[in-house]
Amino acid sequence: MRFLLPLLFAGALFAQHGYTPSDVENGGRLYRANCASCHGPNGDSQPGVDLGHGKFKRANSDEEIASIVTKGIPGTAMPPGAFSESAALTIVAYLRSLASATNVATVAGGDPARGRALFEGKGQCQNCHRVRASGSRVGPDLTDIGMLRRTADLQRSLLEPDAEVLGQNRYYRVVTKAGATVTGRLLNEDTFSVQMLDSKENLASFKLADLKEHNFLPKSPMPSYKDTLTAQELADVIGYLTSLKGL
Amino acid sequence: MRIPALLLLCIAGSPFVRISSAQVTFDRLLNSAKEPQNWLSYSGSYNGQRYSALTQITPANVKNLDLQWVFQQRSLEKFEATPIVVDGVMYTTQAPSDVVALDAATGRIFWTYSANVSAQSRTCCGRINRGVAILGELVYVGTIDGRLIALDAKTGKPVWKVEVAKPEAGYSLMHAPLIIKDKVIVGTAGGEYGIRGFIAAYDAKTGKEVWRFYTIPAPDEPGGNSWAGDSWKHGGAPVWVTGAYDAETNLTFWGIGNPGPDWNGDKRAGDNLYSDSVVALDADTGKLKWHYQFTPHDDFDFDSVQVPVLGEIDWQGKPRKVMMWGNRNGFFYVLDRTSGQYLLGKPFAKVTWTTGLDERGRPMRQANMEPTAAGTQIYPGNLGATNWYSPSFSPKTGLFYLSVWDNYSSVYGKSDGDYVEGRLYMGGAPRNIVPLLMQPAATLNRREDEGYGAVRAIDPKTGERKWEFKMADVTDAGILTTASDVLFSGGRDGNFYALDAKTGALLWTKSLGGPVASGPMSYSVAGRQYVAISAGTSLYVYALKQ
Repeated sequence: MRFLLPLLFAGALFAQHGYTPSDVENGGRLYRANCASCHGPNGDSQPGVDLGHGKFKRANSDEEIASIVTKGIPGTAMPPGAFSESAALTIVAYLRSLASATNVATVAGGDPARGRALFEGKGQCQNCHRVRASGSRVGPDLTDIGMLRRTADLQRSLLEPDAEVLGQNRYYRVVTKAGATVTGRLLNEDTFSVQMLDSKENLASFKLADLKEHNFLPKSPMPSYKDTLTAQELADVIGYLTSLKGL
Repeated sequence: MRIPALLLLCIAGSPFVRISSAQVTFDRLLNSAKEPQNWLSYSGSYNGQRYSALTQITPANVKNLDLQWVFQQRSLEKFEATPIVVDGVMYTTQAPSDVVALDAATGRIFWTYSANVSAQSRTCCGRINRGVAILGELVYVGTIDGRLIALDAKTGKPVWKVEVAKPEAGYSLMHAPLIIKDKVIVGTAGGEYGIRGFIAAYDAKTGKEVWRFYTIPAPDEPGGNSWAGDSWKHGGAPVWVTGAYDAETNLTFWGIGNPGPDWNGDKRAGDNLYSDSVVALDADTGKLKWHYQFTPHDDFDFDSVQVPVLGEIDWQGKPRKVMMWGNRNGFFYVLDRTSGQYLLGKPFAKVTWTTGLDERGRPMRQANMEPTAAGTQIYPGNLGATNWYSPSFSPKTGLFYLSVWDNYSSVYGKSDGDYVEGRLYMGGAPRNIVPLLMQPAATLNRREDEGYGAVRAIDPKTGERKWEFKMADVTDAGILTTASDVLFSGGRDGNFYALDAKTGALLWTKSLGGPVASGPMSYSVAGRQYVAISAGTSLYVYALKQ
């Protein structure tokens, strides 16, 4: 009986669209994999539609949006999606979260070519980041970042890098019993081991039994560009990043 | 709850740390024999021998093999891939076309790349993949929707992608690519869909196509007159198993698959070159240097997509550079690999489609042994006396080992049908007593005269059988031999075997609970030898108990 009450509670919340953080996260994953190629990461790539600001052509309620997600719109380019109703509602949860989070003013009018020059020059972004085959692998690969992250997310990462670090980009540090310290991106872990891409760009696997210490680093190694880039330069870098659509 | 450190120590054993470098130069690939701890390509080396120089596991201690870890692919398809291992990192594929990088000692995943294959992809016999190749810091995979993709070996991120051929026309890529110098070489599958097969080389850094060899010549090219009318346009001749390479002659060798439509040869009168052949191509240009056709004008689906096995053997008193080939058509062949000259051909299983080979190695067809509307029972059956299952050659024993289906027949039926793009184009269908691997029977109740599997050792100097290890069911497994004379293989009954390579005696066996449908391989990490074998949908890795 112990689990019944919370389950009922969660179901009731869902019915009232009080979405949980994991609904938003799962919906975001589904959105990026299935919707972003046409609607864009900001949800505004289709004329007259701005999913990230609650602007829909043919739907208002969550159920109506979910219905379009699963059934598509006949006679238009919007195809039916092979989602369960609850999965479709997580996409709605994600879109609703965007609408409430995008009240941040984002810089606009960036020039991708100038942004690229800043990325590869003054910003020294390649010291940690890789685009296609150039740059370091220590930080997240940005080859398709323009497909994955919204303008507002990119701006926040540049100005406040510690505000949000995605799970796959968390930084980790191990100290072996022999005294060696290794830091890097945590790729995988289980009860007995951790797998990292270390700061020398090697795949490394450690048994916890061999380690003296192992822990997440509290801060992102990414510096803030608040004071190093002008507003225009920031807009240019974001313009470049949003232009990176993968292969 | 945190587990006390002392307990962890007890569980995890002796401490060590591994860091990979993952920089694989062509020179390393060429000299893979110098680093037996690694398995750098599909067959382990360019000569296709699937032979490991590691000797920690021996006939005496193999009984102490102990399961180290299991990788369960996130797919219910067959697991046909052979992994590669580079400096402690294993790269393999999970069906249909995903790539996974794992810690080779623990099986823990570093990264997974999902190819998100197109719904347009078409495969006759499973949405599967047989493995990857590596050069420099890039890992290469072909996909069932016809793409070749280069991934960063450390992150799994794609660096380039090219469309090799169109999936909607029935083309797919399934085999592990072959790296030669600065090129990635792949061939196209789709022999049941009326493709015109080809092998192509791509610049390893950029994905730009460098050369292409059509496995069916155009009418104005040499061999073009071996296809009647327009039949060459949809004659199949696919490639779906990795080739071999001889650096001395700079020739790359590839086995070519069946002509299409498979079981109705009426519209494709002629020998149908280069279907069911081995072709020797200049690795720099893709130009044909020689070919040898095992089954001219095949109407049984006898693909010659076996791995070409290169070796040096004593031939009539002199050392000779040869190619050894156990063919789906039931014959074992020895060819001179420099010239393609036929040296020897002998049946290794029950064969009724031919009365034998003439002095040039051309089969003499048996009268009335061909597919008919009513069906004709012919040996070997549709899946052949062997198939794509990697054989092995041990330079130590001098023996060639292959997986055999004996007493195995099909009733070959024939029908009419026109080519329609993207549809099956097979001209009939065989009726099989032994089920296909996609529909494995849960239980077995077959008599030996209805077909059985075996591992056989053949002396390539004579073509004579030295020993055999019989299995109750047939086998889709490849074979690995080691310098300590241990032979590993498996069977459809889910058993994984270690045999004595000299005698065929059973040394050890373990039931893995699903059909073994790939070749075993071996590697070592931190001085410990491992053997990897897939069964069902998973990869199992063994090492000696510590």
